[in-house]
Amino acid sequence: MEILQTLEAIWLARTAILDGLWNTIQISFLSILLGTILGIIVGLILTYGNRAARFAIRIYSDFLRGTPVFVLILACFYILSVVGLDLTAFQAGVFALTLFCSSHVGEIVRGALQAIPKGQTEAAKSIGLTFSKTFFSVLLPQALRQILPTWVNTATEIVKASTLLSIIGVVELLLAVQQIISRTYLSLELYFFAGFVFFIINFAIEKAGRYVERKVAIPT
Amino acid sequence: MSQNLLEIQNLHKRFGQLEVLKGIDLTMRQGDVVSLIGSSGSGKTTLLRCVNLLEEYEEGVVAVEGEQIGYKQKGGKRVRLSEKEIARQRAMTGMAFQHFNLFPHMTAVRNVMLGLIKTRGMDKDEAHSIAEKWLERVGMLQRKDHFPGQLSGGQQQRVAIARAIAMNPKLMLFDEVTSALDPELVNEVLAVVLDLAKDGMTMLLVTHEMQFAHDVSNRVIFMQDGRIGEEGPPKELFKKPKSERLAAFLKSSKF
Repeated sequence: MEILQTLEAIWLARTAILDGLWNTIQISFLSILLGTILGIIVGLILTYGNRAARFAIRIYSDFLRGTPVFVLILACFYILSVVGLDLTAFQAGVFALTLFCSSHVGEIVRGALQAIPKGQTEAAKSIGLTFSKTFFSVLLPQALRQILPTWVNTATEIVKASTLLSIIGVVELLLAVQQIISRTYLSLELYFFAGFVFFIINFAIEKAGRYVERKVAIPT
Repeated sequence: MSQNLLEIQNLHKRFGQLEVLKGIDLTMRQGDVVSLIGSSGSGKTTLLRCVNLLEEYEEGVVAVEGEQIGYKQKGGKRVRLSEKEIARQRAMTGMAFQHFNLFPHMTAVRNVMLGLIKTRGMDKDEAHSIAEKWLERVGMLQRKDHFPGQLSGGQQQRVAIARAIAMNPKLMLFDEVTSALDPELVNEVLAVVLDLAKDGMTMLLVTHEMQFAHDVSNRVIFMQDGRIGEEGPPKELFKKPKSERLAAFLKSSKF
């Protein structure tokens, strides 16, 4: 490996790389945020919805989880424009990842809520709490602790999946690096560099997750 | 309406095909302490849970202070009350559970404060001082900042009782509050219940502790196959059971 040459190539292309990195961060952040909000709603309907709502959301969730993200991204970009919803590549990509994230978070939330003993809801009822108060004061705080490790895992999956947006032309980190490779032919070195940056992002997310986990752990 | 605090008339409850309560009539006045005894499956716990609508009932009336719990009559039909109304009615009674059901992510004092803040609308300071008062009453003040997972079963149950009683309920429901406890922890919980009874708290208890039922109650009800088999003052009921079923039950309970 010609380290100096690689570092020089990276330095020369720093603006393009930082732009790509910024895109990756924005895509990941938005998809995880929106996907988590939507996912909590999905989880709530799967847990407490009536039969018809549960059925509809069950199909939604199973379909999304059973479809490759790659296909989902292409579908959001091309099919939505056919039906008259013109999204930019960035928007379509975030939309696809949000749907994907929501289906996974939905299942995690459902599992966590169903794992809370029934006695918790009964105790809350017995002191006169309505369902919404019970949910926010009693159920959600317990469910969030439960879902945290799995949710962090899903978040890192979304960061990795954000690279797939390159196929619809979103210049995220990986595509930015690929463009430099096409100029410099330093493929091995620069792919390694890109992989390392993704590793750093996900490592930071996991570390932050562990930290929060320790912070909110219930003393026993 | 009557001056009965609790009035249950012709209460029926079914789980699918199985009828677990087959027409219960029960009235309680202010200050009454009534124990429900009987073998498992006789409907004691279900009866208790109908009083604060943790179980829905199909027929009959449960009324606290003359107000029917859970339903109203509208055009000759029985209509379920709104969730908000039911929540308000549930706060008229307090309940202690077999498995305590403390909120594990809150300290003892926060467990007691939750209902005061969220249901009674108190500010934090007021709720805190009331919570402390009741934790002191059940002997748990020095552990107020402990989480449930850091407390023994008996301590958790005492906190759970404080949580219910701090809401200032008109009627306390105790559902086998010592059944999940190690034998050496039973007495500390029973002492708290007895203390509350002496204070004039109106209580309806489901219990397997016959000696305790005998000591604390002014009326004991023997449940049998979803009906009231026998009822009366504890001395009469325990010393001179009328039915063979009750006699056999008391014998098997080693009373």
